[in-house]
Amino acid sequence: MASRTVEVTIRRVVGSGVLALLLTLSLGTLAMVALRAEGYGGLRAGDWAAVRFTVWQALLSAGISVICAVPIARALARRSFPGRSMLVTLLGAPFILPVIVGVLGLIAVFGRSGWINDGLTLLGLPNVSIYGAGGVILAHVFFNLPLATRLILQGWLSVPPGQFRLAASLGADGFALHRLIEWPMLKRSLPGAFLLIFLLCLTSFTVALAVGGGPRATTIELAVYQAFRFDFDIGKAATLGLIQIAICVCVAALAFLVPLPRVQGGSDVGVVPTWSRPSPLDWAWIGLGAAFLLVPLGAIVLSGLPGLWGLPSSIWSALWTSVWVAVLSALLCAAMALGLALMVARSADGVRKLAEGIGVLGLATSPLVIGTGLFLMIFPFARPMDFALVVTLTVNAVMSLPFALRVLAPAVAQVYSDHDRLRQSIGMPQGTWARYVVLPAVRRPLGFAMGLAAALSMGDLGVITLFADPAVETLPLALYRLMGAYRMDDAAGAALILVGFSLLLFWMFDRGGRGRA
Amino acid sequence: MGGGAVLRFDQVVLAQGDFRLSADFEIPAGGWTAIVGPSGGGKSTLLSGIAGFVRPIRGQIEWCGQPMTADPGQRPVSMLFQHNNLFPHLTVEQNVSLGLAPNLNPNTAQKEAVKEAIRSVGLSDHATALPSNLSGGQQSRVAIARMLLRSKPLILLDEPFAALGPALRKDMLDLVKQVQVKNNATVLMVSHNLEDWQTSCDTACFVADNVAHPLRPTHQLLAEPPQALRDYLGR
Repeated sequence: MASRTVEVTIRRVVGSGVLALLLTLSLGTLAMVALRAEGYGGLRAGDWAAVRFTVWQALLSAGISVICAVPIARALARRSFPGRSMLVTLLGAPFILPVIVGVLGLIAVFGRSGWINDGLTLLGLPNVSIYGAGGVILAHVFFNLPLATRLILQGWLSVPPGQFRLAASLGADGFALHRLIEWPMLKRSLPGAFLLIFLLCLTSFTVALAVGGGPRATTIELAVYQAFRFDFDIGKAATLGLIQIAICVCVAALAFLVPLPRVQGGSDVGVVPTWSRPSPLDWAWIGLGAAFLLVPLGAIVLSGLPGLWGLPSSIWSALWTSVWVAVLSALLCAAMALGLALMVARSADGVRKLAEGIGVLGLATSPLVIGTGLFLMIFPFARPMDFALVVTLTVNAVMSLPFALRVLAPAVAQVYSDHDRLRQSIGMPQGTWARYVVLPAVRRPLGFAMGLAAALSMGDLGVITLFADPAVETLPLALYRLMGAYRMDDAAGAALILVGFSLLLFWMFDRGGRGRA
Repeated sequence: MGGGAVLRFDQVVLAQGDFRLSADFEIPAGGWTAIVGPSGGGKSTLLSGIAGFVRPIRGQIEWCGQPMTADPGQRPVSMLFQHNNLFPHLTVEQNVSLGLAPNLNPNTAQKEAVKEAIRSVGLSDHATALPSNLSGGQQSRVAIARMLLRSKPLILLDEPFAALGPALRKDMLDLVKQVQVKNNATVLMVSHNLEDWQTSCDTACFVADNVAHPLRPTHQLLAEPPQALRDYLGR
């Protein structure tokens, strides 16, 4: 009896500690910021323009992503071809691709001296510009069209094959098939996909930092950064931060009406049976979708290779900083996720509620607001710059927590539901249980979660921009500084190194989770 | 009964969610008792109560005149579940050794005993195998070997052999019989198989409609079945 009570108590204490940390980082920093937002009135016309731009660019980005994803997902669901599973896997790539690297790839294609403009110039046509509102939306579509495609593809593949067979046997094709099966499925999956992408675009910072700015393309997050960094107007930064959070909370609240979709991993997806003549349009959509994803990815590699030699030495020290920040961030994220997962391990309902709650919290909080709040907390006691890396790795760990929890919590709960009675009946001690049963059983999802957390942290360019002083930089920050100095060749080389190490970290953790098998 | 009783349900009411099961009877030492009755009637709840996974909200379960301890691991009980009797990533040897050393750190004498137990269930060639590489019958043998080492006086079988064919199931029951005789244990067995009751169990406990009834000799219960049992048997 005694040992059992102690055990339950330990799990509660650890879990509650993690929750307390999360609440301090989200609500505590928010309160800190709110206290400093003197008057709430100091917003000028430009700031309201930022609020409007944030909302409409997110609406447009999410709309375009979801609408374009429908025909691409439909074509992918119906057509089988060599390389299909590879393409489906690559649809997941933008998720761990460092945003700043993706932007650099887009600049290589759509930028001032990019491939598209070179072609337009040859044809004597006016050039396009990637900087400004169009560029922000283009980049958001680049990152989220693949996500939308995966989500809608899941919808198509979740329709039982028997339904397609039945429809075919009834002679339903074309419009009838659409009305019978496809439209009802889309009505279920589109709102969730739209909402998720809308939320992701609302809080996007790096894209706006790199290709946005100015009166017409400044998001709230970027305005927070500018108010803080350039004007050191903390009251204004705080007010903007509160507006950002208010919008996100309102939209995230919609998630209780429209459940957010779950992204499933894996690439070995089936094909929807089809008996009608394949439409050439299908191939066109697959080709267009693949090109939009693959050409910028290819551009990163092609333009990065020549720049690899002769990179400034500061890049290598930034790389080293980024790697250890990413590894520590992954460890912290895994520890927090395990603590929370153990707390609710015995209740399937608890697992679901916790994962959903943290997920919504993660989508609604803004790293820049957390950063501002932490800056204000540290400021009276010490030089916030000294804590740049600690803050970065902590915030990164928190931002990855929803994903880690989503893969870890079900695995931990499964171990408890499968073997907890056996453990109790043979009186296995806690240490043995943790080391020989729980850890081996959750090793795979743990490795995957840590890989994800490490890659996301490695590529993050967010809160570090608030705290950075010239002496401390992570690789994404170094890359951004190279871009700011128009040293595009060096930037391209650094981008290739950054994406290479992000993937390497992900692969190493994921591989470690799979064991020697 | 009375004098030789080892397990006593003293006006016990067990609660599992909204479900209630009451029991007020005794089980004598050394016997082999079938727990029978319709699905959802409370058979597993009864075993869970004895093993300590479900607490009584009224009354108490006594063992040799003493109330049972709360910790399932400290009870005089070995239990085989319907599923998940083995840890899938531990070897046969490790799984069996849990019977003596729940911390997976057996001493030399314990290691010898583990080897002997594995030999006695005929799995010496599979000592380093993982459960997933064994057949269903072999997996049951591993669990029985562990039970042999635990040498607890009360053996609870919650349909552990339900997925096995008739011949294999008989083998397993024979093995449990050996363990029972060796440890002079008392066996309580949930089974839907009429033949199992008749061949293995001298007494039966009928569980239905939220009540676990006092033990009756198996042949007598089957000769004059109560209505609920008749419905269950389809007679």
